[in-house]
Amino acid sequence: MNYIVSKPELKVVGTRPVRPDGVDKVTGRATFGADMVLPGMLWGKVKRSPHAHARILKIDTSKAVKLPGVKAIVTAADFPNIASEEAFVGEGPMNFRDLSRNCIARDKVLYEGHAVAAVAAISQSVADQALDLIDVQYEVLPHVIDVEEAMAPDAPILHDDLFTANVEPKPTKASNIAKRVYFNKGDVEAGFRDADVVVEGRYTTAPVHQAYIEPHACVVSVAADGQAQVYSSSQGQFMVRAYCAKLLGWDISEIRAVPLEIGGGFGGKTLVYLEPLALALAQQSGRPVKMQMTREEVFRASGPTSGTTIEVKLGAKRDGTIVAAKEVLKYQAGAFPGSPVQPGCMCGFAMYDLPNVEVIGYDVVSNRPKVAAYRAPGAPMSSYAVESALDDLARKLGMDPIALREKNGARDGTKTHYGPTHRDIGFLQTLEAAKQSEHWKSPLKPGPGKHVGRGLACGFWFNIGGESSGAVHINEDGTASVVSGSPDIGGSRASMAIMAAEVLGIPVDKVRPIVGDTASIGFTHVTGGSRVTFATGMAVTQASEQVVEQLKQRAAQIWDIPPEAVDWRDGAAYPAGSNAGAFEPLSLAEIALRAGKTGGPITSEVSVNAQGAGPGFGAHICDVEVDRETGQVTILRYTAVQDVGKAIHPSYVEGQIQGGAAQGIGWALNEEYIYNDKGQMENPGFLDYRCPVASDLPMVEAIMVEVPNPRHPFGARGVGEVPIIPPMAAVGNAIRDAIGIRMTELPMAPP
Amino acid sequence: MSKHHVTTTINGEPVEFLCEPQETVLDVLRNTLNLTGSKEGCASGDCGACSIICDGKLMCSCLMLGVEAEGHSLVTIEGIAQGEDLHPLQRQFLEHAALQCGFCTPGLIVASKALLDENPNPTEEEARYWLAGNLCRCTGYDKVIRAVMDAAAEMRGEAVRAA
Repeated sequence: MNYIVSKPELKVVGTRPVRPDGVDKVTGRATFGADMVLPGMLWGKVKRSPHAHARILKIDTSKAVKLPGVKAIVTAADFPNIASEEAFVGEGPMNFRDLSRNCIARDKVLYEGHAVAAVAAISQSVADQALDLIDVQYEVLPHVIDVEEAMAPDAPILHDDLFTANVEPKPTKASNIAKRVYFNKGDVEAGFRDADVVVEGRYTTAPVHQAYIEPHACVVSVAADGQAQVYSSSQGQFMVRAYCAKLLGWDISEIRAVPLEIGGGFGGKTLVYLEPLALALAQQSGRPVKMQMTREEVFRASGPTSGTTIEVKLGAKRDGTIVAAKEVLKYQAGAFPGSPVQPGCMCGFAMYDLPNVEVIGYDVVSNRPKVAAYRAPGAPMSSYAVESALDDLARKLGMDPIALREKNGARDGTKTHYGPTHRDIGFLQTLEAAKQSEHWKSPLKPGPGKHVGRGLACGFWFNIGGESSGAVHINEDGTASVVSGSPDIGGSRASMAIMAAEVLGIPVDKVRPIVGDTASIGFTHVTGGSRVTFATGMAVTQASEQVVEQLKQRAAQIWDIPPEAVDWRDGAAYPAGSNAGAFEPLSLAEIALRAGKTGGPITSEVSVNAQGAGPGFGAHICDVEVDRETGQVTILRYTAVQDVGKAIHPSYVEGQIQGGAAQGIGWALNEEYIYNDKGQMENPGFLDYRCPVASDLPMVEAIMVEVPNPRHPFGARGVGEVPIIPPMAAVGNAIRDAIGIRMTELPMAPP
Repeated sequence: MSKHHVTTTINGEPVEFLCEPQETVLDVLRNTLNLTGSKEGCASGDCGACSIICDGKLMCSCLMLGVEAEGHSLVTIEGIAQGEDLHPLQRQFLEHAALQCGFCTPGLIVASKALLDENPNPTEEEARYWLAGNLCRCTGYDKVIRAVMDAAAEMRGEAVRAA
């Protein structure tokens, strides 16, 4: 059912109840990955490469094995040597051979921090001592970090069998360029010939980390019959199960993966690092094994995102009509192919109705940790370049930056350069809300000697749907349990409970939502792509509707009338009209109490492959003050406007927008991986890798625009990823406004 | 490695434990005493997820050795609520949706309590600087700061504006 049309007066959707998992999280009771313990548990630790690129000559574990308290040691030799095969679940491109070699190095180490061995011991200190006793001999090889240096003809080659895909003629020489991406629409060269005004820019972005505060952690056990349990914090228990099974060569049915509370992911927990190692150690030792990364390991060895170099060129007529747009994007993939260059190529220009577009992207391996998804993977860098260039274009044309975007903005029916045609989108409404905001209408207040400026930038993310499962069980007292397959990172249990309560017609605090393990709920794709409220919400809504149908049938049975003669409203069955008979309404609780006598438990599980995720658009406005002496940038005011479709729980939607903006501001101003000449990261801690802290930021005003997505029962669109896209250009454009200098390198603040 | 015997007070109760000399209070809380509300985000004093109050002073429990707890009185996140009654900070965090993943939340609440113990009427700027040692990657701090300011107002007996 589509409630946008049929039930305009929603009672629960759009309210702000306290989240059901909230009390546990403010009292310290919530169980995150590292909080789990099992009886007899060992501690596992990882021996990591100190070299950015080296051949492994020998791993000698003989001394470590003899250390009292050491119970198991594994290296790549303990895992199947997996052939190249595209992974079947997860977010973004992934190859099982690469994933296996990323979890534990085989033959070569490809980045500093690459795992070479793992031990399990009776205590953390014994495990640490054992790591020191493992002797690894390396032949150090030349390394390369920077994306353009990695593309050079004489660059050190990471993989002898990697040949650039999607180029003609097929290359005969191995290269670090894994793939070329190409999109073309119209005739871009003709478009530039036709342009009155052209702007060009070359932008670089530093590699950054998702920097979730919870390091990766898991506890596993493997029984003698091979049945394994994995307790871990990840963005997908089904992903954990599938990846572990593949990497160990086990049947999927042998593993039950239990999702624990996850302390942030932002895409970085859509793959496995520790779980396969822990399972192998548990199997070898016959005891449960707990592993957790240190912060340093998180930085050195888990998924950052790409550093990039992007060239952009725009051509426009005098009236502001953009007639040609070209972008060349080079993205670091890290040690294995799979950078987010493809979505980068899709998203930069997707907000605009452009006749002539050419976009070329390169996915480039280099001696960094294999990149993992990071919130709108690939889009923030691309939009940093495009939205900065648009700002230059607006200045050159003497146009207001919102007016330029309105003139060229995508609307219903706009065909994107990468294929799809936009339908039911809210970009122009978002721009209008930005234009009408208090922030945009309030003039900047320059003081004497103060350099202040204002910038605006926009962002687009396509959002995804996909496979999701949700179940609704009516309890004997008329309360309900909701089980979803989606790990809850930002409050999705609250939105699932809200949608179920709305359909069932009962108060939201009578609905208890949980996240099920892999044996308790149908397959569900990872929490990522801003898909959960859309796709899992669809499954939960449909399961609730099926439960309502059952409740109506039970009432009909009790009243001995046909089910069609029963209405369901406000949590009770009513006769549909006077013809149906005169009966007192039957509440959900009354029907639930009699379920045993009317056919048994009332329950439903629905699995969907949701299609039609509505794309999201955002527009951010940023005021800065720049200290011309030091280059210090202070964010004075920040407003983020976004089309959210329909805010199921507005507070958590605002939270997504505010948090995304803050991460983007960190990316814009401070965050970066710093490498020494040996290819080692020099700032693997929160002191030197500088995420925004409370005193760095002002309040972030979140303005929600609601253009319903007709393909979701309540009109929701994904909201989590869009808000990290505009900030880099919004900040850069504000700095340009303040001091007249276009910043083309991230991060922009002084070290 | 021989262990040290430590006598201390945690959340008002006498506690004895054995620890290795290199173990931190955070290690002891989490791994020995099963008080896992204090989180390890960095183990270097940079993220604040392990914040505790030691003799009235805000500390990162990852920077204090277990043996240093001898004779001191510690308050952890598990000691902030009084039984079933949540502390105003805890309630305001819930009302304001000031948490997303919730991992940094225990540290933020402990640090905020230390702030309000010392300064019942902080300005927004004072709250932001006090909490600058507590990283939150999800919220952008907006709702966190609002929750702290409203909890402070509530504790001063002032009317709290609607979230």
